[in-house]
Amino acid sequence: MTGWQNNRAARDERIAAGAGFGHGKVVQARDATRLLEAVIRPGDRVCLEGDNQKQADLLSRALLAVDISRVNDLHMVQSGVVLSEHLDLFDRGVAKRLDYAYSGPQSARIARMLFGGKIELGAVHTYLELFARYFIDLTPHVALVAAVSADREGNLYTGPNTEDTPTVVEATAFKDGVVIAQVNEIVETVPRVDIPADRVHFIVKADQPFFVEPLFTRDPAAITEGQVLTAMLAIKGIYAPYGVQRLNHGIGFSTAAIELLLPTFGERLGLKGRIATHFALNPHPALIPAIESGWVRQIHSFGSEVGMDDYIRARSDVYFTGPDGSLRSNRAFCQAAGLYACDMFIGSTLQIDLQGNSSTVTTSRIAGFGGAPNMGADARGRRHPSVPWLKAGAEADPDGAALLRRGRKLVVQIGETFGDKNVPLFVENLDAMELAEKLNLELAPIMIYGDDVTHIVTEEGVANLLLCRTAQEREQAIRGVAGYTEVGRRRDHGMVERLRERGVIRRPEDLGINVLDADRSLLAARSIKDLVRWSGGLYAPPSKFRNW
Amino acid sequence: MTAPLRDMTPAERARSTSFYEASARTRLELLLDAGSLIEFIGPEQREVSPHLRIFDLPEQFDDGIIVGHGRLDGSPAFVAAQEGRFMGGAFGEVHGAKLTGLLRAAREIGTIPVLILFDTGGVRLQEANAGELAIAEIMRAVMEARAAGVKVIGLVGGRSGCYGGGGLIAGCCSALAVSEFGRIAVSGPEVIETNRGVEEFDSRDRALVWRTMGGKHRRLLGAADLFADDSVQDFREAALELIGLVGPFGLDGLKAEQERLADRLRRFGACLDAVEIWTISGIAHAETIPELPTDQFIALADRIGRTSRDAR
Amino acid sequence: MEDLSFRHHVRAPAGGARKSAIVGVVASGNLEVLVERVLPDAECALEIKTAAVGFGDVWRAVIGDFVERYSPGGLRFSINDGGARPDTVSLRLAQAVRLIAEHGQ
Repeated sequence: MTGWQNNRAARDERIAAGAGFGHGKVVQARDATRLLEAVIRPGDRVCLEGDNQKQADLLSRALLAVDISRVNDLHMVQSGVVLSEHLDLFDRGVAKRLDYAYSGPQSARIARMLFGGKIELGAVHTYLELFARYFIDLTPHVALVAAVSADREGNLYTGPNTEDTPTVVEATAFKDGVVIAQVNEIVETVPRVDIPADRVHFIVKADQPFFVEPLFTRDPAAITEGQVLTAMLAIKGIYAPYGVQRLNHGIGFSTAAIELLLPTFGERLGLKGRIATHFALNPHPALIPAIESGWVRQIHSFGSEVGMDDYIRARSDVYFTGPDGSLRSNRAFCQAAGLYACDMFIGSTLQIDLQGNSSTVTTSRIAGFGGAPNMGADARGRRHPSVPWLKAGAEADPDGAALLRRGRKLVVQIGETFGDKNVPLFVENLDAMELAEKLNLELAPIMIYGDDVTHIVTEEGVANLLLCRTAQEREQAIRGVAGYTEVGRRRDHGMVERLRERGVIRRPEDLGINVLDADRSLLAARSIKDLVRWSGGLYAPPSKFRNW
Repeated sequence: MTAPLRDMTPAERARSTSFYEASARTRLELLLDAGSLIEFIGPEQREVSPHLRIFDLPEQFDDGIIVGHGRLDGSPAFVAAQEGRFMGGAFGEVHGAKLTGLLRAAREIGTIPVLILFDTGGVRLQEANAGELAIAEIMRAVMEARAAGVKVIGLVGGRSGCYGGGGLIAGCCSALAVSEFGRIAVSGPEVIETNRGVEEFDSRDRALVWRTMGGKHRRLLGAADLFADDSVQDFREAALELIGLVGPFGLDGLKAEQERLADRLRRFGACLDAVEIWTISGIAHAETIPELPTDQFIALADRIGRTSRDAR
Repeated sequence: MEDLSFRHHVRAPAGGARKSAIVGVVASGNLEVLVERVLPDAECALEIKTAAVGFGDVWRAVIGDFVERYSPGGLRFSINDGGARPDTVSLRLAQAVRLIAEHGQ
């Protein structure tokens, strides 16, 4: 049969096949597997919503239980491979091919399965990249998504963790795909409509709420003196001179330390209102003291964070909220915001090589990319000027014509020279290279490419790579802040000293910082309890972070 | 919330220093009158554990406890402070002997109170026999000191809590002050979970751990006499108050304590959760206790009373 | 455990008059430094017991920089190390020198 609406007809057939299992759109949890068997065809591209935080866990289990003579060889296209069920699908033969972005907790198993040939890998993406491909060549036939509640028509309320849902549904529903949502409850009227009912074909009520892990909570009690020092160097050595107002922070302890130093150290430097006013950022609890002290004007979020709901609701001047008052996050928009509307990304990594390439891959783990590369990359399509962007551009190309010179996004790697278990941050060769050879990958998994990195901050100092004119200078600038790692000890002392005279490397004393002043007493909050106090009791930390 | 430490007076420093976070040495420095601490068997004497080297483990020059003499508001006091970060503040042979010796000295003098800043997970596994013996010796030394008229005050607010033998010794003291972060018990959460199963006690449920063993519950139950906010200055004031409050020690007091404990068991023995105990005690909205700010909690605890200062 | 010891000639004596001082605690990733004013003005010595075996070269580099920078003449440093990172070691050594240079006994 030839025609121009075959896909629509196929979609309608799938919906008709599934219609027998429910009342209207509502399907009981016990029938979820039979629904999936009716709707999904062998070889389909399926998006099983696995976000950074929110997980369609009931639908994962239901899919894992299908009769594999009816459903098999699926091509999974999902941002997060986070639950063990996500990989069990490949062990059972339900799924065969995988395109994804992030696999944090499953990073070791996914490496083993790739190596053992259990998974046929398409590619590991950044979030924005995978979302983009949903609209070009990885459009899902079926999307299995998660929401907090639905009404009987199928309008969905995603709650504060909207995350990927609108993007996944947009790509699926408007290209003849089927959308199935698991919800925690079915209500008369949803608090707000995050996904309109005409894009949702089936609703399954889960017996327990979908799982959300607190990924962005850093206990201030665990911040070390070294991290305090590194944070002081970043504030005085980068935030202040460039006047960085629009930015994204990574999730490590070094950036948490920066957030907690803004109302103390930052205040004393007179930087309030001049730096760190607009963020693309999850609702980090560590930012509460800065918000309460009037530093932060606006935050747009990729997702939410456990325990922050009441605080966000009460601070709608700062966060994006719906008419119901709760946070509206959106990973795709926030990634775009981080890429195009922020002047700086600052985050930590596991390994940095002599060119400044960085990677979170070790030889036995493939954690994926998530969003860091979208934040930590110069946006070549950017056209609007800003002071930090132009200043960075001028430093990189002082002789270029001002009117034709691109600005540069500040891409800052921050960390201590030795990480957990005394593993060095700086290496001659990234483990990612070895892994790529072992798995025959066409590209080594580089989180941030060296040519995008503008600064490296460690407890030894700040290296400004924009001011390096040769590959050799760049290498010595990196060695010059690499501390007592082998990379650091093999520096050319004379050249490092000359780089310091030029301000390419700046030591604590060059910035007027006494190492002995780097004390935890500088932190605006030194415990989770302090954060609760700062929030006026609005922040409700999960039990695992309590000591009261 | 913060200011450069060096420009502060000692009282301001003590007020702005978290007891929970401070080292044992800093706690003592700020708890006592400025500059008054004289340490016995200090680190420069290198009286380290004879056992740890055998296990290829690092030693600490003071074996994790500082004992000494100082002044509290002008009056003399003996002090001992455990370092909860060195081997979890655990009791070993030398560690225990230092505390025993301090208590015996106090007994000889008879009039100078002893402050014990507990911060311990119990006995050090690597020197278990010596550690267990030390606990027994310390308990005896506490009772002998008290019988000789010495007030022995325990302060609990460190990161390792007051567990195992530390919990037993605390039970022998004349009086205890505890902060919200402090925990007092014999078996720790992990031990209970290992022996009785996660259904009995989920050690990772930290809210459960604290409402079962934490400072607020211990205060409401009458096991601790005073509730202190988490600053060294608050503990200093609590120590001073308790020294003023502790009465004489004798058989009548012990009998009263026995009766009090038997009554506690009758009233609360069947409760499955601390919230039930608080509810039976007549506290409205008992489930909000963990979130209650310190001043409100102290007012509530004072209203409930339940501290028998004749005994513990 | 590994024992290391270093002895340096230095240009000047350390400041202050205190006889001894102690900083840090022995814990994972942390160390204690006991410093005593017991040597001739032009010498300093460091005795280290460390839980992290095989890092002698790193200690040599850290201590070389420390001695060069602070000239801690007359001081003996005794270190119990729970496997601290080099930057933590540098910081504790600097803190020890600061503390012994303060007023007091």
